[in-house]
Amino acid sequence: MTDHLRLRVRHVTTYDYDAPVPWGLQQVRLRPCSHRWQRVLSWSLTVEGGRREAAFEDQHRNAVDLVSLDPGTTRLAIAVEGEVEVADTAGIVGPQSGFGPLWLFQRPTPRTTAGPACARLVESIAREPSPLHRLHDLSAAISDAVRYETGVTHVGWTAEDAVAAGHGVCQDQAHAFIACARAMGIPARYVSGYLLMEQEAQDAAHAWAEAWVPDLGWVGFDAANRISPDHRYVRVATGLDYGEAAPVSGARTGTGAERLTVAVEVRAQ
Amino acid sequence: MIAPMRMTTTFDEMWGRGTGQSQDAAVPNGSPDGPPEGPPEAPPEGSVNGTPHGADSVLPGIQAARSGRMTQAQVMYQGLRPPYAAFDDWLTGENPARLLRKQHEAEEVFRLTGITFNVYGRAEAAERLIPFDIIPRILSAREWARLARGIEQRVRAINAFLHDIYHRQEIVRAGRLPAEMIARNAAFLPQMIGVEPPGGVYTHIVGIDLVRTGEDEFFVLEDNARTPSGVSYMLENRETMLQMFPELFARNRVRPVSNYPLNLRRSLAACAPRATKGDPVVAVLTPGLYNSAYYEHSFLADKMGVELVEGHDLRVMDGRVAMRTTQGYKPIDVLYRRVDDDFLDPLNFNADSGLGVPGLFDIYRAGGITIANAPGTGIADDKAIYSYMPDIVRFYTGEAPILQNVPTWRCNDPSALSYVLDNLHDLVVKEVHGSGGYGMLVGPTSNKKEIAAFRDKLLANPANYIAQPTLALSTVPIFTRAGLAPRHVDLRPYVLVSPDGVTITPGGLTRVALKKGSLVVNSSQGGGTKDTWVLEE
Repeated sequence: MTDHLRLRVRHVTTYDYDAPVPWGLQQVRLRPCSHRWQRVLSWSLTVEGGRREAAFEDQHRNAVDLVSLDPGTTRLAIAVEGEVEVADTAGIVGPQSGFGPLWLFQRPTPRTTAGPACARLVESIAREPSPLHRLHDLSAAISDAVRYETGVTHVGWTAEDAVAAGHGVCQDQAHAFIACARAMGIPARYVSGYLLMEQEAQDAAHAWAEAWVPDLGWVGFDAANRISPDHRYVRVATGLDYGEAAPVSGARTGTGAERLTVAVEVRAQ
Repeated sequence: MIAPMRMTTTFDEMWGRGTGQSQDAAVPNGSPDGPPEGPPEAPPEGSVNGTPHGADSVLPGIQAARSGRMTQAQVMYQGLRPPYAAFDDWLTGENPARLLRKQHEAEEVFRLTGITFNVYGRAEAAERLIPFDIIPRILSAREWARLARGIEQRVRAINAFLHDIYHRQEIVRAGRLPAEMIARNAAFLPQMIGVEPPGGVYTHIVGIDLVRTGEDEFFVLEDNARTPSGVSYMLENRETMLQMFPELFARNRVRPVSNYPLNLRRSLAACAPRATKGDPVVAVLTPGLYNSAYYEHSFLADKMGVELVEGHDLRVMDGRVAMRTTQGYKPIDVLYRRVDDDFLDPLNFNADSGLGVPGLFDIYRAGGITIANAPGTGIADDKAIYSYMPDIVRFYTGEAPILQNVPTWRCNDPSALSYVLDNLHDLVVKEVHGSGGYGMLVGPTSNKKEIAAFRDKLLANPANYIAQPTLALSTVPIFTRAGLAPRHVDLRPYVLVSPDGVTITPGGLTRVALKKGSLVVNSSQGGGTKDTWVLEE
């Protein structure tokens, strides 16, 4: 196995609306940035049923596009496609980029507030002197406590909901990791991105977490796969929780229902 | 630990410092608002940072001159202070009956102009007239020059502080400000991290609240770095005085304030974002008719000759924020917003806000619009940060602060808390995020029950409170039926910041506690206003 991979990603997010939508805006966090270990070779974003209004960098240095819906549209499709070269750094992301102070990542958010279930999980972690070991233990404990299961959770679930229920998707596992790490006094954040898996076609993007380890900086933990991210992972956006790193989030008017379809393809070149 | 300050004499800006003892002795019989209260050393009957004016007294001047009775009042003051010489000369020659008529006329002008102020929590008077007093407050050119230097220094420090707090936080790294002062602060807006506001300006409009305790002694009571209000009163007060007493302005060379709206517009336009094409388009964003300062919003838009808009008039369009006009949508370059951060943009802040514009903050971050003041400036006028202002000024300007801070106990510090709890009857205790004189304890004027109730609130959440000593706020005479009577005042000068520099309107808004002995000048708590003069050299 080489320590570099060239990954080709295609990700299409489609909203189908039952009735024409008079007005809507979406914040899109679907542009990976180049870092020391990740080089974006090409990347494009196309919008159907809407237009790009503006682009900016948010407080986590995520590249954000603001997209407005074409008035009266019944479909919005946001497609990104590109190639990224990733190095294996054994999960080490390194120093904080940008001006966000570390204490910011110790603050619980509504989605990552530890309740009794998270507290019990934290209790179960052996008091290892090395924070890195404790975090690996935590990641393993979460993948045991929150069984990976699709179709039964929803976006509104908190870390506590998932730990109490005993199952969830990668988003829930990441939230649980973040809530517990913060409860242990360790800064932690949410990461959204892509993962090269055996099956090329996937029905969702991936999510994992990063925690701050003195001397190493940010280190990634993917509880869903019981590993730290390597060269199969493309980092796209980070935030205090899903809400700040979500690929697409926004608001619209109109009363009709909507259907969301996500198609992700990750291939090694 | 800061030693408490107790002051026993009150400085009257017209007549100089009274001598504590004779102040009460000097009260003439039949003082206008009833008999004097309490023994000479009694605690203040009024309130905020201050010592008593003990009993009310009628000042020398008009009443004495009129009745021919040289009251003892004259012994209690040092004598007429120079800035008031020409004014006093005029006043002595005036017929009190005419002045009384003028006072009523002035009130009528205000009623007709529609200057009102909504008082929260008072159903019977949702819209109330702020009382206006016709006796101007007068500052000499020398007094003002020193104040202006101090204000400019402070405002520059505040802007540098805001940039630092939302970037490298050098002041925290340098150990001059504890990180938790920011981390635990609800006014810190994480979304502003790394944002470069157009022109580098965070606080385009600042109001610095000052109090005076002596000839050369001014204190900053608080900084207003979010959306300071009241400037319309400053302008209307002058307008009214010019109408009522044109002759006064012939005798006194008073520096004008009427160019404030023009300066405001210029200053805002100078902060236009890079997306601007041609002359910058400025608009005033108001929460609407039911906001307590709606009058001021429409007044300022009108005086600047710009549109007054509400959130529902605006939308994101072609990468800009555009307002609906009779000629279709038009992009706005600079938005002077009078809507709080939390309500500015439901997409980025409070999702339930119906007052804001979805996507406004995104367009701001993309460089498509200037928001004035910038979101997140509240971190600089927070009452707990206030206590660090002398360090903040030193850190960013490298100079000693020209204006003094009121000594402040931060109740999150256990030793400060224990001092505050032991001295509640002497102190003023304020909520860190409170404003408008609500939710505060004025120890010297509170009874045991009120103090006990406040003690419980304080103990439940000490970090939410700061305490300050009571200061002897200066007085300026007001006009009453019986003659002039001293009342406590503060001063809010208005400061404009742009890349071209700092502009301070000479004077500002003088708020006066109309209740005898009261030290609470907030309009929501029964305060009035006065015209404020700064004399030319």
